[in-house]
Amino acid sequence: MKVSYYPGCSLEGTARDYSDSIHEVCAFLGIELEEVPDWNCCGATAAHSINHRASIELAGRNLKLASSLPSRDLLVPCPLCFNRLKTAAKKLQNQGKEHYRVQIDGTVPQIWDLANFMATDAVLEKIVAKLKAPLEELRVVCYYGCMASRPPLLTDATDCENPQSMDRILQSLGVKVLAWPYKTDCCGASLALSRPDMVHQMVGKLYDMAQRVGARAVVVSCQMCQANLDLYQEKIEAVMGRSFSLPIIYFTELIGLACGLPGAKASMARHFVDPLPLLRELKLVA
Amino acid sequence: MQPAIRNADFKTLERFDAAGEFQTSLCFQCRKCTAGCPVTFAMDLYPDQVVRLVQLGQRQQVLESRTIWVCSSCETCTTRCPNGVHIAELMDGLKELAIQRGIASRQPQIQALHETFVADVKRRGRIFEGMLLPMYWLRSGSVKQMLETGSWRDEMQMGLSMFRKGRLPLFPKGIKGKSEIRTILERSNLQE
Repeated sequence: MKVSYYPGCSLEGTARDYSDSIHEVCAFLGIELEEVPDWNCCGATAAHSINHRASIELAGRNLKLASSLPSRDLLVPCPLCFNRLKTAAKKLQNQGKEHYRVQIDGTVPQIWDLANFMATDAVLEKIVAKLKAPLEELRVVCYYGCMASRPPLLTDATDCENPQSMDRILQSLGVKVLAWPYKTDCCGASLALSRPDMVHQMVGKLYDMAQRVGARAVVVSCQMCQANLDLYQEKIEAVMGRSFSLPIIYFTELIGLACGLPGAKASMARHFVDPLPLLRELKLVA
Repeated sequence: MQPAIRNADFKTLERFDAAGEFQTSLCFQCRKCTAGCPVTFAMDLYPDQVVRLVQLGQRQQVLESRTIWVCSSCETCTTRCPNGVHIAELMDGLKELAIQRGIASRQPQIQALHETFVADVKRRGRIFEGMLLPMYWLRSGSVKQMLETGSWRDEMQMGLSMFRKGRLPLFPKGIKGKSEIRTILERSNLQE
């Protein structure tokens, strides 16, 4: 199976671990990723905050490029990129599109949030068929964040208050997925740079709840959530005067681990809160 | 807090509302937006108050508020609004209008980060995370404060750790279509 792929800027930088893990898992499952040629930054929060038209046109240029590829599916691992591409697809294909200077003539492929794509029956069957070592004993919460599902008018999400994609994937890996109320609460995203104090408060609340429901790790599909929960954990622990030691793991890393792929460990070793001691304790890695 | 109502300017905000399809006139003040907002603790006006003040033509008050800048764009409000008011999008529109009107942001560091980011996209077509933060420090004027408080050491430590973990890119990647990106970012939206 060959699908189009829009990685986004941070997967070339701070989220190289996520990128490596995605490539390894997809290759293993026979999903060939064809990168959108000459893709540009989607504009992210910054562009839509201060320049609406540009935010649609920046994302629109990528859709135009993706339309020229053979696959009718476009995979997007970064939920913010996903959200911006979905928004542009709606704006550029409906009433009012003449307001923008980027026009799409071809057919826009279906834009997929990576976790939603991996949770489809077809892909899930492949994962289950190749499972080597089920990850029993691992108790986690799934943290989805905002952008893969909200607002549903743009993302077409049907379960935005209680998303299930990662829950489904992890359960099929044997992971014990715990219920918790903060699945889609905001981590503060780019405020981590401009108002770290706000992010400390928002993320602290997440740690507290994850710990209270008995999670040993938080599993994510968003590299911004990963960064905010992982990079600053020591700092937030100091601010709150509490200890959490919660590894923040990408769902693809757990797929890799359960399928016995060698890259999973290397990818997780790049996190700030090292997941390996926990995984060793549970005898999930040697 | 009850904001005071004075000098209504319906003209600007009505035109702005029509252009942005924010549908603020549909709000009936159920306050669901405010109830679910994760950042009310940092706001000077609650989201429902912003919508109401827009209805009442209180241009200056909303454009000068801290709220429009600290909104994290999590879209919970827009998602839950029973009347289809696009509240998070309204916050963006107000930021853009404030910049166009030359109104000083109550959260200059947040504005500086957005501007640094967009300038970097304009330069190369993609973000270079390795330089984003230093450029932001320069633009926001936080270098002086970092030197005074000694927080630059923490930042250096963080950068070094990220580098060691292979999570800090050292070389920027540009795209071929840079001129297209420049054209896109040349002119802004709501002006005309």
